Amino acid sequence: MTPALQGLLTIAIGVLGCVGYFYLSNQFLDKVLCPPRGPNAGRNINRANMIRPWLFLFPAIAALGLYLAYPVVETLRLSLTERVPGGGYQWVGLDNYAQMAAEPKFWEAMRNNMLWLIVVPAMSTAFGLLVAQLTDRIRWGNVAKSLIFMPMAISFVGASVIWKLVYDSRPEAEDQIGILNALYLFFGGTDPQTWLTIPFWNSFFLMIVLVWIQTGFAMVILSAALRGIPEETIEAAILDGANPFQIFFRIKVPQIKATILVVWTTITITVLKVFDIVFAMTNGQWETQVLANYMYDKLFRANDWGVGSASAMVIMLLVTPILIWNVRQVRNEGSPSLGGD
Amino acid sequence: MDSFAGEKPALRWVVHASVLFLVVLWVVPTLGLLISSFRTADQIATSGWWRALFPSEQNLTLRSAAPETQVLEDGLYVIQGKLFGDDQTVKISRWGISSREIDAFTPGETAELRRGGTITVDGDGNYRMENTEEFTGNRGARIFVTAELPPEFTFDNYQTVLFDKGSSDSMGRAFFSTLTVTIPATIIPILVAAFAAYALAWMDFPGRALLIAAVVGLLVVPLQLALIPLLKFHLNIGIGKGYLGVWLAHTGFGMPLAIYLLRNYMAGLPRDLIENARVDGATEFQIFTKLILPLSFPALASFAIFQFLWTWNDLLVAKVFLIDATGQTTVMTNRIVELLGTRGGNWEILATAAFVSIAVPLVVFFAMQKYLVRGLLAGSVK
Repeated sequence: MTPALQGLLTIAIGVLGCVGYFYLSNQFLDKVLCPPRGPNAGRNINRANMIRPWLFLFPAIAALGLYLAYPVVETLRLSLTERVPGGGYQWVGLDNYAQMAAEPKFWEAMRNNMLWLIVVPAMSTAFGLLVAQLTDRIRWGNVAKSLIFMPMAISFVGASVIWKLVYDSRPEAEDQIGILNALYLFFGGTDPQTWLTIPFWNSFFLMIVLVWIQTGFAMVILSAALRGIPEETIEAAILDGANPFQIFFRIKVPQIKATILVVWTTITITVLKVFDIVFAMTNGQWETQVLANYMYDKLFRANDWGVGSASAMVIMLLVTPILIWNVRQVRNEGSPSLGGD
Repeated sequence: MDSFAGEKPALRWVVHASVLFLVVLWVVPTLGLLISSFRTADQIATSGWWRALFPSEQNLTLRSAAPETQVLEDGLYVIQGKLFGDDQTVKISRWGISSREIDAFTPGETAELRRGGTITVDGDGNYRMENTEEFTGNRGARIFVTAELPPEFTFDNYQTVLFDKGSSDSMGRAFFSTLTVTIPATIIPILVAAFAAYALAWMDFPGRALLIAAVVGLLVVPLQLALIPLLKFHLNIGIGKGYLGVWLAHTGFGMPLAIYLLRNYMAGLPRDLIENARVDGATEFQIFTKLILPLSFPALASFAIFQFLWTWNDLLVAKVFLIDATGQTTVMTNRIVELLGTRGGNWEILATAAFVSIAVPLVVFFAMQKYLVRGLLAGSVK
C-alpha cells in the first residue's frame, strides 16, 4: 500500500472512531441505560444529565491526564531514580540532581537559558509593540503586519535553515553568500566571521531567530490591545499638549500593561521549550547549550533517564510561577498566557 | 486621528520609513532562501543570492566546435558558431584564449591561436576561426570570456528534491509522512476537545470550575516532561514508535489549548439559543452537533490552523514518538535537520528542501490569516 493511501485510511479510521464513540455512547445512555420513558422517566432524565457531561469529557480528560498530568508525576519519580542494568529502577534520592549540578554543561545551559529568558521576550515584545504602534495609522499597515507575522507559520527548523544562510561564512578570498557577512564586509569589517562559533555572542545570533518568529505574535495581540484603548484618553492627552512619544509611553502603554504581561509570559513559555533552533543550528556546541537541548542530549544520546528527567523538572520548575499565575488569572476572569506551542 | 494627533509631516515619513525598514528586515532572510532554491549549486556557492536578481558579470570557460566541423571556404579552413544558445542574451566585455590572460582581447579583435590560425569573437558570442592549414585534434579551442549574463533561475532543485529516486528520494516520502501525521493529529483533537468544551461551557456538573482551572494550568506544561514517561508507556502497551503514537501524543499536547479556545468561544454564544433548543426537546447531542458546532466554526478553524501549523512544523514529538531506526517514517523537519548535518554545504538541496516544507504552512497562513489572528486574540485579549 502506498503511504498516501495508508494515511488516508488511518485518517478515516481515526475520525470515524472518534465520531462513533460520541454517537454510540450518547445513544447507549439515552436508549439503554436511562431511557426517558416508562415508570422511571423523570429519574432517568436526571441521571442521564448527570452522566452525560462525563461522556462528553471522558476522551479529553483521558488525553489530558495521560499525556500531560501523569508525565509530570512520572518525570518527578524518574528524576529520583536510576535504571538498574538488569532492569527495574532504584531509588537514588537527589543523586541525579547532584550529578547534574556538577556538570559545567548544565550550568552553561542554565546561563544561556536565563539570557534567552531575558532577551527573547523583551525584544519580541518591544518589536511587536513598535510595529503595532507604527502600523496603526498607515494605509499599508495590514500588508506590513502580515509580512512580519509570516515567520509564525515557518517551522523552527525551516527558520534555522533560513538563518543559517544569513550567517553563512566563506573564506576571505571568495564572495560571501551569507548576507550578514556581506554587509559586515561592506561596512568595513576586515575578515568574514563565522557568527555561530563566537562564544557568548553566538547565543544572541540564535535568539534572533526566535525573536524573528515571535515578534509577529506579539504584534498581533498588542495591535488589538492598542485599538481597544478608549479614544477619549488619547484626545484628552492631545488637548493637554502631549507629544506623540508621551502619548505612547504615558497614555497607551500603561493602559495595555495587562496584555503586555500576557504576551511576555506566553513568549517566556515558548523560550523555555525552545529546542529545534539550537538542535538544528549548533546542537549546543560552542557554548550555546540550552536546557531543552541538554535534556534531549541526556535522554536520547547519553540514555541517562535520571539526569534527563531531572533537567526536565528544572524546566517545569521555571514554568511553575507562570502556571500558578495563569490559574489565578482565570479564577479572576483575566487572560492566561497560552502555552500551546 | 491624523488630523488632530499634532503630527508633523516629517514624523509621518519617519513612520513610513521605519515600517518599511522593519518589513524588509523581516522578509529578507526568507527571500534569500527562496531565491537560492531556484539557483544552481554553482551560482549559490560563487555569489550572494542578492546578485541573482540582476545581470551578473561572470568569467566562463567555453570551447569552440570541434575541428571536424570545419569547412573549406576560398582556401581557408573555417570553424564558426556561437558560444551561447539562441535564447541567451549575453554581452561579452573581454575574452581570451589562455587561462593566464582571460581578458586579453576586446570583442571584435583577432587573436593568434597557439596551434596556428586566428580566432575572432564578437560581443554577442559569435566566433570565427580561420586557418590556412587544416585544424587538427579532436577538441575545439578553449575560449575564456568575461560576459554579462542575465539572471537565470532553474526548477531543477525542486525536481531533484521531490522526485529524484536517488539520494534525495526521502523528501518526497517525508512530505507524505508529514501529511499523514498532520491531518489526523489536527482533526482528532478538535473533535475530542469540542465535546469537552461544550460540556465545560454549557453543562452543569460538580467539579466544573476545578476542571477549567486544570486545563489552564496544563496549558503551560512543557511537553519535554512527557517524552520519557509516554515513550515508556507506548512501548509497554505495544504501540511502539509509529503513526498511532504520534497522533495520540499530538492529541494530548494540543488538548489544553483546544479546550481553552473552544470553551471560551462557546461560552460566549447566546444563552437563549441553547435554552430554547432544550425546551423544544432537543437532546444535548443534537444541540451540540446541530447548533454549537456550526456556530463555533470560527473557533474551530482557528484552533485547526494552530494545531496544523504546530504538528506540521514539529520536530521533537516526531523524533521521539514516530521515527524509528529504519527511518521509513521520517518527517520533513527531521529530514532537513539530517541534511543540515550531512550536506550542510549543499545549499541548493537544503534551501529547496526547506522551502518544500515551508510552502504548505505559508499557503495555509496567508489563506486563513483571519482565523489565526482571531484565535490568538480570543485566547489572550478580553
